[in-house]
Amino acid sequence: MTKPISVASKTKQIVKKHGNSKSAMIAVLQDIQEAFNYLPKEALKTAAKAMNVPMSRVYEAATFYTAFSLKPRGKHIVKICKGTACHVRGASILQDRFETTLGIKPGQTTTDGKFSLETVNCVGACALGPVVVIDTDYHGQLTVNKVDKIIKKINEEGA
Amino acid sequence: MVNMIIDGKDVSAKKDTMLLEAIRGAGIAVPTLCAHESISRSGACRLCVVEIKKGNRTRIVTSCLYGVEDGLIVNTQSPRVQNVRRLVMELLLARCPESDVLRKMAREMGVEPQARYAADQDKGKCILCRSCVRVCEEVVGVSAIGLFSRGSYKEVGTPYHEKSDVCIGCGACVYVCPTGHIEMLSTGDKRKIWGRTFKMQTCDKCGKHFAPVDQLKFISKKTGVPFKNLTTCTECR
Repeated sequence: MTKPISVASKTKQIVKKHGNSKSAMIAVLQDIQEAFNYLPKEALKTAAKAMNVPMSRVYEAATFYTAFSLKPRGKHIVKICKGTACHVRGASILQDRFETTLGIKPGQTTTDGKFSLETVNCVGACALGPVVVIDTDYHGQLTVNKVDKIIKKINEEGA
Repeated sequence: MVNMIIDGKDVSAKKDTMLLEAIRGAGIAVPTLCAHESISRSGACRLCVVEIKKGNRTRIVTSCLYGVEDGLIVNTQSPRVQNVRRLVMELLLARCPESDVLRKMAREMGVEPQARYAADQDKGKCILCRSCVRVCEEVVGVSAIGLFSRGSYKEVGTPYHEKSDVCIGCGACVYVCPTGHIEMLSTGDKRKIWGRTFKMQTCDKCGKHFAPVDQLKFISKKTGVPFKNLTTCTECR
């Protein structure tokens, strides 16, 4: 385990990496989210100051894009694609299964902080439908039977 | 100079100006909400639509954002324009049924609330024209407010709905808001806006509470004029 560093100093590091430029705001927000899994208030305030952008502009961008979360999220993020192709191939049934297995609804995080469930409109992999993206892994042509196995595997890897 | 025909009249306008100014300069009324002289244009309210004709084709454009062009034939009252404008007004009215400004405007245009657009109950009088955000950024220069979230959740406010530490309580956003959405309460030596209470400065001469202390401090910092020179109201100065 690496030593935990403060939100402010990590944010400053990220902003500096992008040259303290305000045109890199989205990239900065993406990196902040990657570092903390969500956008902490302190990080946004620090970033706004470092980029010399008003806080209101940063908060506008952070609330506009659904890819950004202002609430703390779990270690693993499960994104169920609910685009047309996935929808007709049973994304809703998959969603039900994920909800019962993890015990949470979309937008929520498990109490152990391991999983967050989200629905997305289309991940652009319609040929793989129904698709579920867990962190950076795409699980294509997913069936209800495989859901528990995938969750179990992630749980074992994490342990 | 640029020559155009507006509603059958020959009108000439200065180059690099907007159609809206040319139309109004010709004495023709065009309804607008978001066009304000002190802020940049955005074409947000879409009430200023007119029909333009170039060659054989006609188009509906927002006159506040469309630059004047030589030989343009403009119609501000065609059935197509009136249709679009009526629809825009119906939608605005459905979004902000509680706005007196909108209700009055609709009455003058002969527009009535439509049953097919369910009247909104929770959005207040905001039409999301961004005028307040613009004035705060462009004129005041503090950017204390913004439009957050998106789609039907979009709303104006301060980040995290918190009391803003950059707001100076000047009330420019209230002044520029076309529909009266933003609330500012001034009582005695206190002014309440965006959830924050500002202390008002008392005029050295007449004793009137004329401006928030934070605003005067901001002006002093910006212009380099000592704070004590600013504690007299504009009437006594």
